[in-house]
Amino acid sequence: MRAYTPKENVQKKAYYTDRYWVAPQVAKFDVESDAVFSEDLKAIKDAKITVLEAFIQVDQMVVYIKPEDNVATLELLRDECGYTQLSELSAIDWISKRGGFEVFYQMLSMTKRKRLRIKCFIDEKQPIESVQSLFRSADWAEREMYDMFGVIINNHPFMKRILMPDDWEGHPLRKTYPLQGDEFAAWYEVDKIFGKEARDIIGPEIRDTARVDRYDTERFARLGHEVPKGAEFNPDQEKTPLAYQEDDGVFLIEGFEEDKSQIIRDRKR
Amino acid sequence: MAQHQVNYMQDGGLPVALTSIDKLVNWGRSNSLWALTYGLACCGIEMMASGASRYDFDRFGTIFRASPRQADIMIVAGTLTKKHAEFIKRLYDQMTEPKWVISMGSCANTGGMFNTYATVQGVDRVIPVDLYLPGCAPRPESLQYAVMLLQKKIRSQKAIKTQKPKRLM
Repeated sequence: MRAYTPKENVQKKAYYTDRYWVAPQVAKFDVESDAVFSEDLKAIKDAKITVLEAFIQVDQMVVYIKPEDNVATLELLRDECGYTQLSELSAIDWISKRGGFEVFYQMLSMTKRKRLRIKCFIDEKQPIESVQSLFRSADWAEREMYDMFGVIINNHPFMKRILMPDDWEGHPLRKTYPLQGDEFAAWYEVDKIFGKEARDIIGPEIRDTARVDRYDTERFARLGHEVPKGAEFNPDQEKTPLAYQEDDGVFLIEGFEEDKSQIIRDRKR
Repeated sequence: MAQHQVNYMQDGGLPVALTSIDKLVNWGRSNSLWALTYGLACCGIEMMASGASRYDFDRFGTIFRASPRQADIMIVAGTLTKKHAEFIKRLYDQMTEPKWVISMGSCANTGGMFNTYATVQGVDRVIPVDLYLPGCAPRPESLQYAVMLLQKKIRSQKAIKTQKPKRLM
C-alpha cells in the first residue's frame, strides 16, 4: 500500500506520482553524424577549450563547457566558425537539484544555416564573465539574467536591473520565488508611496478576482441602474435614464432628434 | 427663407434662461472633461479609438492632453505594474482639483488576469477611483458611456464647496 500523505495542500505537491513513470527525453545524437557540427566541435577542441559533453538534439548541437571558457568559446565561434549571432542568452534554475544555474548561449550562423548552444554550469553565487564585448545583444540579456535569476555578471558596463524596479528584492524567475510574490512584492507599492504604516489602512491585496459580491454596490452596479458610492442595494431599483433639458434634466443638454438631423448622402458635397 | 430675427416669444417671452450657479458650473465642468493621455496597455488602444473620428470623444468635450496640469480626468487604461505605481500617484497629484479618475478595464480594476508579483491588484490601492469600467478591453462605446456617467456624477455634486481633497487615506 502507498504511504498516506496529508492532502490539505495538493497544489503544493502532487500526492500521487506514478513510480514507474519515466520523463520522456528528446533523443540525443552523436556529433559525428553531422559534418558541419563535427567540424565546429573540432575547432573548439583544438583551441584548448575543455568540452565536458557534446551532442546533437533537435538538429542543434549542444556543447557543455567550463564557465570560465565562455568568452573564449564565443569569440572562437564568432570569428572562426561563422556563428555571428547570439540570438539568446539566459539561465536555467537548478538550485534545488544541483545548487546552481545552467547558463546557455544560443548561437546562429547565417552562412551555415545552423544553430548551436553553448552551455555551462555555475554555482548559485559564482560570477560569470560578461560576453557583452563580443555581442551587443548580450548587454540587455545579461541584465535580464541578473534581474530574473540573480546570476552575477563580471565586467558588465551597466549592471542594473532591467525589468523590475531598482529597489526590488528577490529574483522572480527562480523556482523558489512564488508567482504571486512574497511579502515584499505584495506591499511594494504601498510601502514605497505611503510608507509601511499605511499597510493596515489599505489592507492586503484581494487576489481572487473572480469573486463577485452582488450586494456590493460600491464596486458593481448593473448598466442603466448605476448607484452612487455607498448607496443601499435595492433589487427593485428603477432604470436611471440620462435626463435632458427638455425633461427637466441637465441644463443646456438637449436630446438628439433624428428626424431633425440632416443626412448627407452626396459624399462629394 | 432664413430668419434673421430672434424669437422673443420663446421661453416665456424673455431671452433669459433661469438656472443655478451649481448647474451652470457643473455644466461647464462636465462638458469639458480634458483627459490625461494615459494608455498603459491594450485598453489604451480602445481609448485611442474612442478619441478618433469614428467614435469622436470631442463631442463630449473630452480632449486628450499630454500634461497632468491641463487634465481634469485620468482614464487609467491598462495594467498598472508595481514599477509604475509611484508614477501614477505622482501624475495624479500633479493634476489640479477638481479631478476625477476612471479605472478602465479589468486590469486597472482588480489586476485582472495578472494575478502575479509584478501587477498592482487594482489602481484603487494607489489612487482614489470615481468610476470602475468593467471589460477586457471595454469597447469605445463603453468608455463613452462611462464618461457620460461621470458627467452625470459631476452634475449631481455641489459645484461650490470646500473641495475635500480626494486622498486614499
